Amino acid sequence: MVTMKYGKLTALSLALLFAVGCTSKGGDTAGNETLDPNAGMTAGQGSSYGSEFDSSSEAALRAIKTFYFEFDSSDLKQDAMRALDVHARDLQGSGKRVVLEGHTDERGTREYNMALGERRAKAVQRYLVLQGVSPAQLELVSYGEERPVAGGHTEFDWAQNRRVELRD
Amino acid sequence: MKIMIRLLIACLAMAAGTVFAADPLVITRGTDRAIPIAVVPFGLSGAASLPEDPARIIGNDLHNSGFFNPLAREHMISMPARPDEIIYRDWRAVGAQYLLIGEMASQADGRVQIRYHLLNVTSEQQVHAGTVTGTVQQLRDLAHHIADQAHEKITGIKGAFSTRLLFVTASGPVSDRRYTLYRADYDGARAVTLLQSREPILSPTYAPDGQRIAYVSFEQKRPRIYVQQVETGQREQVTNFEGLNGAPAWSPDSSKLAFVLSKDGNPEIYVMEMASRQVRRVTNHMAIDTEPFWGKDGHTLYFTSDRSGRPQIYRASINGGEAQRVTFSGNYNANPKLSADEKTLVMIHRQDGYKVFKVAAQDLQRGTLRILSDTSLDESPTVAPNGSMVIYATRQQGKGVLMLTSLNGRVRTVLPGIEGEIREPSWSPFLN
Repeated sequence: MVTMKYGKLTALSLALLFAVGCTSKGGDTAGNETLDPNAGMTAGQGSSYGSEFDSSSEAALRAIKTFYFEFDSSDLKQDAMRALDVHARDLQGSGKRVVLEGHTDERGTREYNMALGERRAKAVQRYLVLQGVSPAQLELVSYGEERPVAGGHTEFDWAQNRRVELRD
Repeated sequence: MKIMIRLLIACLAMAAGTVFAADPLVITRGTDRAIPIAVVPFGLSGAASLPEDPARIIGNDLHNSGFFNPLAREHMISMPARPDEIIYRDWRAVGAQYLLIGEMASQADGRVQIRYHLLNVTSEQQVHAGTVTGTVQQLRDLAHHIADQAHEKITGIKGAFSTRLLFVTASGPVSDRRYTLYRADYDGARAVTLLQSREPILSPTYAPDGQRIAYVSFEQKRPRIYVQQVETGQREQVTNFEGLNGAPAWSPDSSKLAFVLSKDGNPEIYVMEMASRQVRRVTNHMAIDTEPFWGKDGHTLYFTSDRSGRPQIYRASINGGEAQRVTFSGNYNANPKLSADEKTLVMIHRQDGYKVFKVAAQDLQRGTLRILSDTSLDESPTVAPNGSMVIYATRQQGKGVLMLTSLNGRVRTVLPGIEGEIREPSWSPFLN
């Protein structure tokens, strides 16, 4: 239903899905910019998502499967909530199981970060459950700081690594 | 290996009783002058050359402890190998307080014997002497043993140079990592692979019995705790709970394993009896509780908790009762490790108003805090079993390295490199 309603945006949504898919699976080493699913965002700012994602575009929100956090924080950002609202409806409709993978940046100790990554995944889980998703559909795993997407050591790298990934 | 060394090492007390009657100089922590010692290159007979330079290894060991200032070789006026070749005047001239000399003899069976002497330059008396024998492959063991002897005879503190270090490397691009768990000499030499995986390995830790290690492996795509026999490689999975399974820590008698589980909702510390595998919960708080470390009494656990809003160190008994906060300075204190005498708490610390994470040592009696590192992304401090040295992971020139520092802060040195990003160092107990 939802997909049909927003059929016009299918091409855009597919393109975005492809881009996101590449960033999570690609063996890229050279270009850091291609690792960032939200290229153009300003690191560390509240507004994570670039203006090319029109706020009315549900398909665009559906394509967002990575949610970012501030340092040592597990508070969801506004735009993450909007994307999660779409995922919540989809999950209720499909009944599918997904994995919420929590991650941190490299600062601080590894085991504390393991716990912090879980807390972030739990924040996403709690939000989805509040929207009506069954907890049985959501599996949590924290990788702490062990699986960065950006291999550098700047504020910009760290902002990309503090995340929860929703994985099918 | 350990037993072989023990069999091979025959220490001969060659000094006369009167010599031993002289009290060794005992250095208490906080005394600030490094002891000048000359470790003279050992003489060699019966072979053209050997693959290791034991005197160099001994000098590095003594330097690493922070208690000694070994004399550079270019300042040595003479190079005696035997006591009758010593001219004490030469050593007084260069300010050496102690002199360590030795003679290596390659034997018919291929083994090497080292006869060594430790002398006090001021009193011109022998402090200690011994003879050790081993294969060429054991030259580093022989050198570390001699360094242990010199350390103990001069400072009164048992040397920790014959110990081992666990660490993990990650190699390859972030999208295709390989993780390797190693065991090496404490100084990073002679690294041996214990485990390889395409999934993360973290928190390796030696049991106090020296036979087993525990670590966290993601090999099943979930963090689970494993116990492995160091010598045989035999391993078993000891936890399989939903959520976090992490931060294993052995009790002082190796009978229990403390770790973190989030199966009951959020990260809490639990203790497993290894014999029965029974698990009981220790902490109960909605905050993160993690990184347990056992006190010597066998029931006190130090751990990291953010129950105050920020990570701080607390301690609690596994038998129940309120947790007490231990750290108050700084807005991030985590991964507590105690020195052997339990007077010093070593941890990762961030000062108020700063963004850097450093290794710090807190005097538990006075409450004072000292920063031990000059780097800014420090992790995973581990303390030598004699409390004299700390090794931690940090970044230098864009690479993950292991740094060794003496607890008195005098020495900071990068452990020699192994390929890949190096992290998660963990010191063995005394193995002899």
